[in-house]
Amino acid sequence: MTALPLVALVGNPNAGKSALFNALTGARQKLGNYPGVTVERKSGRLSLDDGRPLEIVDLPGTYSLDPTSPDEQVTRDFILGKQAGERLPDALVIVVDAANLQNHLRFALELIALGLPTIVALNMVDLAARDGLELDANILSRDLGVPVIPTVAVRKRGLDHLRAELDKIITGGPVALRPSPDEKSFDAVRDEAHRIARAAIVRETPSRRLTAAVDRIALHPVMGLVFLLALLFVMFQAVFSWASVPADILEGWVTALGTAVTAILPPGIVHDFLLEGVVGGVGAVIVFLPQILILFFFILMLEATGYMARAAFMMDGIMARVGLSGRAFIPLLSSFACAVPGIMATRTISDPKDRLTTILIAPLMTCSARLPVYGLIIAAFIPARTVLGGIGLQGLILFLLYVAGIVGAMVAALALRLTVAKGNSSGFLMEMPKYQWPRPQDILIGLWQRAVIFLKRAGTIILATNAVLWVLASFPTAPAGVKQSEYSIAGRIAGGINVLVEPIGFNRDISLALLPTMMAREVAVSAIATVYAIDADQGEDAVSMELGDRLKGRWSLPTALAFLAWFVFAPQCISTIAVTRRETNGWKWPMFMVGYLFALAYVAAGITFWTATAAGL
Amino acid sequence: MRLTQLPLRKPAYVDSIDWTLLSPAEGQRLREYGLCEGASVEALHHGGIFGRGPLACRIGRMTIAMRRHHAAAIEVRTGPGEDA
Repeated sequence: MTALPLVALVGNPNAGKSALFNALTGARQKLGNYPGVTVERKSGRLSLDDGRPLEIVDLPGTYSLDPTSPDEQVTRDFILGKQAGERLPDALVIVVDAANLQNHLRFALELIALGLPTIVALNMVDLAARDGLELDANILSRDLGVPVIPTVAVRKRGLDHLRAELDKIITGGPVALRPSPDEKSFDAVRDEAHRIARAAIVRETPSRRLTAAVDRIALHPVMGLVFLLALLFVMFQAVFSWASVPADILEGWVTALGTAVTAILPPGIVHDFLLEGVVGGVGAVIVFLPQILILFFFILMLEATGYMARAAFMMDGIMARVGLSGRAFIPLLSSFACAVPGIMATRTISDPKDRLTTILIAPLMTCSARLPVYGLIIAAFIPARTVLGGIGLQGLILFLLYVAGIVGAMVAALALRLTVAKGNSSGFLMEMPKYQWPRPQDILIGLWQRAVIFLKRAGTIILATNAVLWVLASFPTAPAGVKQSEYSIAGRIAGGINVLVEPIGFNRDISLALLPTMMAREVAVSAIATVYAIDADQGEDAVSMELGDRLKGRWSLPTALAFLAWFVFAPQCISTIAVTRRETNGWKWPMFMVGYLFALAYVAAGITFWTATAAGL
Repeated sequence: MRLTQLPLRKPAYVDSIDWTLLSPAEGQRLREYGLCEGASVEALHHGGIFGRGPLACRIGRMTIAMRRHHAAAIEVRTGPGEDA
């Protein structure tokens, strides 16, 4: 099979590149990595009018071909055909923001000079018009010497025209870079860009009214901070309150599946394995899908609306106090969803010490994998009532757990900046994009991708870990009168761990769950569910009793609280450790991270347990 | 007057930039954001309630956040100027 023609989508950050990519490819996208680097490779398929397919790659946004960060390096190498494992693209689609023409044209000129077949997508012409800017695409096309197509990616405007132009410039013949592009200075290219932009502007009234009006609140020293905190608070309340209905439905399906297994299969080892290891274990994790999607929904919205950069601006003053910059706030906020993309997002931080510190504290941000654990314990032990005039107590506790992670991260950053990552604080330079209302499809595609990743995890890592755990916890079979979870191989290993964690209030259930939980945090829930299901075989009905109710009977409140405190800090995620190793090129920093986080987790759980016990809870 | 001293929302122009006060990477980034002599500039917001946070300003048609030491390297003048 011959390779499809390759089209690279390239442009400045905030030019609406990803929205155009989504509009062109729909859900036919493939996420991967460029070999050797952890920069995400986003590609998709596009069919021309005659049915010919093209591969289109969404390159990381960059301001020039002079890279300052690893993802900008990928863009440069890809376009020049130097990226390992990639070939020279057959065509470039340069995305420029119509409202920021003179700036974006400078990079466009740099790209056009390469001599590849090129189309300029003059994107977000509607927002430019909103800001009082009217442009003539024909004049622009004449001056640039390449086709210029006005587009509004979010409304799918101009896409047919773009496809038709692609059809024209992709000849199927070989393409080559211009052998010796004339070296022009940065300033000369910029002046040319200014000249061309001015010629293309039909009418201009300088205003960014909407963005300016919103920024007056969003960037206000007091109101902006109140707004940011309120937004985060609503986000965490929503995770609990919106998710309860869909979670109950999923829970119903899991129970029905368990009943079906019992009805279809004869009692025996296969029946037990499916019911206890698969349905009981993996099912216990899957019911948290709605909460995770709600969290991702908020994070995707913050990014797509342009608010994320404002949050970074608001946080820079505070971040500077612990030796970081506001830029570090974005990977850290992403880490609320998952530390793995969070750590990968630190690649936009150019200062190595800044970046290392951010990587080391990223696992302290409460990731979505902790939600099943927090959700289970909070729902079981914290009463669902309101306090302080209408605030849900469960949501409040969840919020406090997030705050504990943030405070822990800030203290850790300060300590790291004074010791292992000593150095001057670097600067903070960032573009603040225009506000815009995201296209629902873009958010849905993002959520869909996250749901697939979560379900894949549940079907692979979590299922496999659970299967191994089920075997270890089921054999050898305990004699009558002895608990299976204590007699089995897993029970004996847990007995060893228990010696270490008993002082901080952990019981044998928790000791048993801690080891498999290294694979992924959610496993804590499925592991406990599996073990209880096995024990339940000896008496109780396995599926009818909900996990939370079972926990209530077996754990004291101080133990439950200590368990929550442990999970705020403990680095129990093999993927995070692996990505840290890759990003820091060695085992030194991941080992350091695991060590300091376990130490913190132990101390935090201990203090929580002793305090709660002393308070008579 | 320096950009740090420019009153908020008072349109001005970049008079000169002391590139020696910026690291090469910072200088390059600011150039890519469109900072150049003659560019129109406006200070928009001061960030942070605990001491002096960053500064948000408009350069050309872009809004940029920078720290105060970056803004201190930028000399501005109000009144008529070449629009770039």
